[in-house]
Amino acid sequence: MIVIRCPYCDELRHEEELEYGGEAEIVRPAPPESVSDEEWAAYLYMRTNTKGHHHEQWCCRAGCGQWFKVVRDTVSHEVHEILRFDGTFSHPTEE
Amino acid sequence: MRYSLLNLLAQGFNGNKGWPTAWRACEPKSRYDAVIIGGGGHGLATAYYLAKEHGITRIAVLEKGWIGGGNTGRNTTMVRSDYMFPESAAIYDLGLRLYEGLAKEINFNIMLSQRGWMTLIHDRHQMETANHKTNWLHCNGVDGEIVDRDTVRRMLPHLDIDGNPCFPVLGAFLQKRGGTVRHDAVAWGYARAADRLGVDIIENCEVLGFERQGDGIAAINTSRGRIETDSIGVAVAGHSSRIAEMAGFQLPVTSHCLQAMVSEPIKPTLDHAVISPETGVYINQTQKGEIVMGGVLDLYHSYGQRGTYPTIEKVIAGTVEMFPAFANLRLMRHWAGIVDVVPDSSPILGATPVSNMYINCGWGTGGFKAVPAGGFLLAHSIATGKTHPTAERFGLERFVTNRLVDEGAAAGIAH
Ligand SMILES: Cc1cc2nc3c(=O)[nH]c(=O)nc-3n(C[C@H](O)[C@H](O)[C@H](O)COP(=O)(O)OP(=O)(O)OC[C@H]3O[C@@H](n4cnc5c(N)ncnc54)[C@H](O)[C@@H]3O)c2cc1C
Ligand SMILES: [Zn+2]
Repeated sequence: MIVIRCPYCDELRHEEELEYGGEAEIVRPAPPESVSDEEWAAYLYMRTNTKGHHHEQWCCRAGCGQWFKVVRDTVSHEVHEILRFDGTFSHPTEE
Repeated sequence: MRYSLLNLLAQGFNGNKGWPTAWRACEPKSRYDAVIIGGGGHGLATAYYLAKEHGITRIAVLEKGWIGGGNTGRNTTMVRSDYMFPESAAIYDLGLRLYEGLAKEINFNIMLSQRGWMTLIHDRHQMETANHKTNWLHCNGVDGEIVDRDTVRRMLPHLDIDGNPCFPVLGAFLQKRGGTVRHDAVAWGYARAADRLGVDIIENCEVLGFERQGDGIAAINTSRGRIETDSIGVAVAGHSSRIAEMAGFQLPVTSHCLQAMVSEPIKPTLDHAVISPETGVYINQTQKGEIVMGGVLDLYHSYGQRGTYPTIEKVIAGTVEMFPAFANLRLMRHWAGIVDVVPDSSPILGATPVSNMYINCGWGTGGFKAVPAGGFLLAHSIATGKTHPTAERFGLERFVTNRLVDEGAAAGIAH
């Protein structure tokens, strides 16, 4: 089970209280009129689907509603890092 | 040895000591005409149809664990072909039709039980959607019908049809040709049939990387040595992105954990395979008597091939809502598989950016029903270098041309 401490409201949330937002750091290509079909496909659909440390987005859905970034091991579900989007380091997980 | 009543009797008198092993344990050779990565149903079926339909027999199937140890041996065994779009119906019904003749063809009892697949209808909107889908099925030449509430009551005597205000039942969609197939038998049957045609099935052999040559691949590095090959078929389900990464491209796939569980065995009580779109639970009773239950997939990306309590709780709660009597059952086992989810819930079949590598993936939560079709179509790609007409709409290029086959939206829950 996934348990993450929200870097905004500082509450410990488990997976039922959180919403998963997929891989982080996927940047929309620009400007739209000069983006090729391949680039759009890569942006919309292609994913690293990492096995291991994955940079991803979560939302404190049942709590404060904020989105934030997490580095999680996709095999063990161990959370290695929790970050706010402005880059300020929040905290590694306690166990 | 052919499996037959006569041999069964003879072996019985002989204390069952004379059964030969179903397939040879092979040492990998240094070179093959074709190598299939992944010893699940799709990979084994690919090897079988390559040998049978195309006469290519210098083939190896490389499996990192044991045959059928992936999703093929972990699924809830339900088969059906009630997909909406004509191109999907063509693929899934090909799968079901091949299953219908498979036991005889490969001389292995796959225990196909066409006990009827029922999707419960809980409200008027679902009734409309079900009618819409049924009309589509008829246009596609696939069977399916709507049955009313009283028929559901007769077919599922233990379903709480009157007492449950949250999940009223107005009727059900029924595909009579749907049902269950013994999952291990599919893996073992195809493995044995392929082996008899000369295919090397190599277990405990993990693919670790590729040696590139031009725009193709010349050799595969595995945990059991280097293997040269002319062409490669990939059928590794939840690990497709890993193989693609080794080969230098990306896939529109995310891997998720899908869980299932079984109760202790009881006497026959549930005659059909049933799904409720409202509770998200699908359920059937095995020939051994266990009640098999599954639910929706874990919504976050995962390679953790194990169950989790929140999902177990949801599946059990849904089951008990539908069949209150099952609250008395004890849970025997629960487990998970890693499924390959694609944005449009349709498979990816055919060519890849690597010239001699072909892929079969993206079946997500529902590819067991399509094992014979997936194998048949991947074999065609490997043997001819061209995509079979039935698979044409399912190529990787559809994500660039944006011509998705959105069965997630069309056929509802993707199982
Ligand atoms: C809990 C659950 C319930 C399901 N229920 C249903 C259902 O009711 N009906 C239905 O139609 N479908 C169902 N499915 C989906 C279905 O099981 C899969 O779509 C199908 O089995 C996929 O078959 P496959 O042969 O592609 O993959 P798998 O059977 O997973 O085989 C892939 C194989 O590749 C091997 N492999 C991976 N990486 C490597 C490597 N690097 N080198 C060598 N080998 C490798 C793996 O060990 C594995 O054995 C369910 C799945 C799960 C998990
Ligand atoms: Zn919060």
